[in-house]
Amino acid sequence: MSLQSPTIQRVKLRNKPSRTADKVFFGVARAAGYSSIVIVVAILFFLSIRAWPAFEQQGILDFTFGSGWDTTTTPPTLHIGAMLWGSFLIAGIGVAFAIPMAISIAYFIEFLAPKSIAKTATVIIDLLAAIPSVVIGLWGLGVFSPTGAGWAQMINQSLGFIPIFQNESGTFLRSPFIAGIVIAVMIVPIIASITREIFSQMDKEVINGAMALGGTRESILRKVILPTSAGGILGGILLALGRAMGETVAIFFVLNLSYDEVNWLNILEPQGGAIASLILSKFGEATNDEISALLAAGVVLFIFTLIINAVASYIVAKAQPWRKA
Amino acid sequence: MMDQQFHLESKDINVWFGERHVLKNVSLQFPINQVTALIGPSGCGKSTFIRTLNRMHELIPSAGLAGAVLLNGEDIYGEAIDPVDVREKIGMVFQKPNPFPTMSIKENVLSGLKLSGRKIDNGAELVETSLRRASIWNEVKDRLGEPALSLSGGQQQRLCIARSLAMGPDVLLMDEPCSALDPGSTRRIEETILELKDSMTIVIVTHNMQQAQRVADQTAFFLSEDGDPGHVVEFGATNDIFHGPIDPRTNEYVNGRFG
Ligand SMILES: Nc1ncnc2c1ncn2[C@@H]1O[C@H](COP(=O)(O)OP(=O)(O)O)[C@@H](O)[C@H]1O
Ligand SMILES: [Mg+2]
Repeated sequence: MSLQSPTIQRVKLRNKPSRTADKVFFGVARAAGYSSIVIVVAILFFLSIRAWPAFEQQGILDFTFGSGWDTTTTPPTLHIGAMLWGSFLIAGIGVAFAIPMAISIAYFIEFLAPKSIAKTATVIIDLLAAIPSVVIGLWGLGVFSPTGAGWAQMINQSLGFIPIFQNESGTFLRSPFIAGIVIAVMIVPIIASITREIFSQMDKEVINGAMALGGTRESILRKVILPTSAGGILGGILLALGRAMGETVAIFFVLNLSYDEVNWLNILEPQGGAIASLILSKFGEATNDEISALLAAGVVLFIFTLIINAVASYIVAKAQPWRKA
Repeated sequence: MMDQQFHLESKDINVWFGERHVLKNVSLQFPINQVTALIGPSGCGKSTFIRTLNRMHELIPSAGLAGAVLLNGEDIYGEAIDPVDVREKIGMVFQKPNPFPTMSIKENVLSGLKLSGRKIDNGAELVETSLRRASIWNEVKDRLGEPALSLSGGQQQRLCIARSLAMGPDVLLMDEPCSALDPGSTRRIEETILELKDSMTIVIVTHNMQQAQRVADQTAFFLSEDGDPGHVVEFGATNDIFHGPIDPRTNEYVNGRFG
């Protein structure tokens, strides 16, 4: 009893690194972490300064959601609504084509292919993801466009009664449909590679359990594998969407930009938009007003891309309910 | 003529993984309403064998097989037999509880019907009877909509049993179903096995000698010596295997002297 001390002495727990090497590493990592935030904010800040005159001259809402690009009016009309919507439309078409493709590839590699083939296929997918987009753009322009226009014409002939497949111009080149497929080619490897990774982390015992219950490959994919992986795959899709929204060159090659009118859903018409392509096409001979407007377009694109990426990382982080309980 | 005396029967089962011969000439008979225990040291091929009984074995790419498995006299590896049908009739419970993580307790019970594309009528009733037969109804009846992963390990394993039972199988295969569980959960699963055997044929792999004696009517002792393929050393009534084995190796094993 005499041994009892009057106050309980709490032990100090170490939460700071003690060794020098650890300290250095800790410092470098922390600096890198913070600086990435600083860089993002700085880019946004300086862009915004240069972009501000355009926002002020055009009005933020008109600028972002209105349509028309005309330097002969006073003040010039510089609205990006058609381009902004076009970015979403093309990214959406791209993702719609890419998802089934990418999931099939990932499923094949992870669950069907013999080991050696699976390894080779994984390497090829990663290589595809590394193809520069200008190369894909050139492929789209020189190789794919005529074929794609043929497909578009077939779709129009058989499904033309559906409004989105109508075509009044008579030409099927340089449409959101074609640009969307080119984007799909770019993002399939991204989604496939993330999906494959997620499939590979699935508990194989759960799949065995489904097999033992009389599941077929198809029913197991639909009822067990996809629901379990959905969050992670969605994160991958959003990541790819971010890439698609920011894509410049590839779309520029294969899309006819139409500034004055939003092409809401007529995906086979040769009219479309994409912010990044707008910037590329106008920057060369831009007036001062236009330069500010193009930077402002960059700010808008940047913000939308940031939002998509933020949503993506949130979903990926939350989406691991299958982790052992 | 009709050889109906054994419900399930393996005839000269041989298994290879690639070039490696891991099971040799395993012929066992599993009568209806009896529990058969498969015992033996690790790596002697018990899991491999039990997986041949519902064609789970063939899912491994390098796997090879010779021999036959007869269910009611018909070879489940026959040309015209769909493995998916086999697995509906012959259910399986695994070593590690593996409920479907995205599904609720109730959905897990009905998952087999959904996976095999069968119609579900009387879903609620089927859920209740299956959970009752797996002796877990009372614990989960008020939380059927909760995620299966909210259950304890032992409960998850009984849910997996219920999930198999919902398919109405004639045979239930269990590969060390209690090895990841605490003694209390183990005892409850043993009780469940004894209740279930009135309505089906049960085959259970176990490392627990007491468990084999508590639940099994007959026992098969597997052994793989010096890299030779695994084979059955002795097969007979559980009582004989444990108290009057013919082969000295069986005697050593059941008395805990190796493996
Ligand atoms: N998928 C597999 N590929 C190759 N060898 C395997 C595979 N599964 C099991 N084996 C081998 O087959 C033998 C029997 O294994 P197993 O049936 O798991 O034994 P047990 O269940 O009795 O412990 C072991 O030598 C094991 O290494
Ligand atoms: Mg085993």
